[in-house]
Amino acid sequence: MTNSTDRPSGYLDSASSEPLHPAARDVLLAALDKGFADPLALHGSGRNARLLLDNARSVTAQCLGVREDEVTFTPSGTSAVHLGVLGLLLGRSRVSSRLVHSAVEHSSVLQAGAWHAARFGGTTSSVGVSSSGLVSYDGVVDALSTPAGVLAVQSANHEVGTLQPLPAVFAAASASSVDVPVFVDFAASAGRLDLPAGWSAAAASAHKWGGPAGVGVLLVRKGSRWRPPFPVDDRVDPRVAGFENVPAALAAAAALQAVLVERDSVNARQSELIDRIRSSVMASIPDVEVVGDPTERLPHLVTFSCLYVEGEALVTELDRLGFGVASGSACTASALTPSHVLEAMGALTHGNVRVSLNRDSTSDDVDRFLSVLPEVVARLRA
Amino acid sequence: MDADLELDCRDMRCPLPIIALANAIGDIAVDQTMAVVTNDPAARADVPAWCRMRAHEYVGEDAAPDGIARFVVRRLH
Repeated sequence: MTNSTDRPSGYLDSASSEPLHPAARDVLLAALDKGFADPLALHGSGRNARLLLDNARSVTAQCLGVREDEVTFTPSGTSAVHLGVLGLLLGRSRVSSRLVHSAVEHSSVLQAGAWHAARFGGTTSSVGVSSSGLVSYDGVVDALSTPAGVLAVQSANHEVGTLQPLPAVFAAASASSVDVPVFVDFAASAGRLDLPAGWSAAAASAHKWGGPAGVGVLLVRKGSRWRPPFPVDDRVDPRVAGFENVPAALAAAAALQAVLVERDSVNARQSELIDRIRSSVMASIPDVEVVGDPTERLPHLVTFSCLYVEGEALVTELDRLGFGVASGSACTASALTPSHVLEAMGALTHGNVRVSLNRDSTSDDVDRFLSVLPEVVARLRA
Repeated sequence: MDADLELDCRDMRCPLPIIALANAIGDIAVDQTMAVVTNDPAARADVPAWCRMRAHEYVGEDAAPDGIARFVVRRLH
């Protein structure tokens, strides 16, 4: 067993997937041996698995400040989003089948809305954002002035890092004449920032906080009108079907616990490094736009767009130099269209780079990146 | 919308229409307008963003006779 993550020091894409936390690795390896059995079985191995699963749920609930029976482990963050959005819509179907969402939600929220519309005749309404990606409060109030089934607003944007004003959103949604349940995708901020109370359902993904991939977390607030949108079975958790991935759930919980202990110092260090990237990019690269709110933002993430450069070329060239970054430009995506987030903000969509730090990204890693970036951009523009 | 110059950027992929726009802006006088005709889906965001970043005026969008989107820009300096 090793504590090394074998992380290449130029990996700057934790917002796509954070390297496995050493605490999660240790727990995962142990749980693979101890937690393989059916947690519903009436034998010793089954009881062991059940114990680990209950432990995973209990730790996760404690870390997130929720009740144990509000936590559901799902096969991915996307799956948790689908269950959360669709389950709330089903619970509200007698009132309205309209999903109101911010224009910058993760595609899993938009896809859930589109699927619900195609299958069940629901409708969707998109609420615009400011140039920094902040959802319009007046837009939310306006959208909720006609009957709505569910309001979906993320805690923070996964592409540009802007934090959404959730307490104000919750207040608008719970106003007595409206009283719409709110779904919060908190995948981008889970493990980094607290989730404020006021949601009816919420979803996150363990591999964004240093847990293993293949574990999503769905939270359903006790008392919420949530109905299972997909077939169920008779297993441990009535909200999700299928055999539980006990070792991964336990490793996800261990990572979350470890990340929370380190959170204050990691957030402070990352936020300072991101400030350094923001100012250095603006100072050293002409015709560049740093996208997203400069202060009301995630601690570990920054996005910028360079005029006249192809996003794919930037990603490829930085990869050649040992840096792994993401891009929201059209030419880097499987689709031909650019990032709907950048579009909604009115930001430049080409030449886009998203840098997101890992828990152990160093000042040196950032300095090396900043020392090559201006030349890469200049070369690609030549 | 009238334009003093029209750039045919059909079938160009991003960021080529914006590069063409930047290269041609010097070909019109200050206060004149230029239209970029392109089916690049990124242009709808990127032409206004270019205008903001380079301090020119984004006038608006209409369509060329063949239905392809046409984005009009006014040179301000």
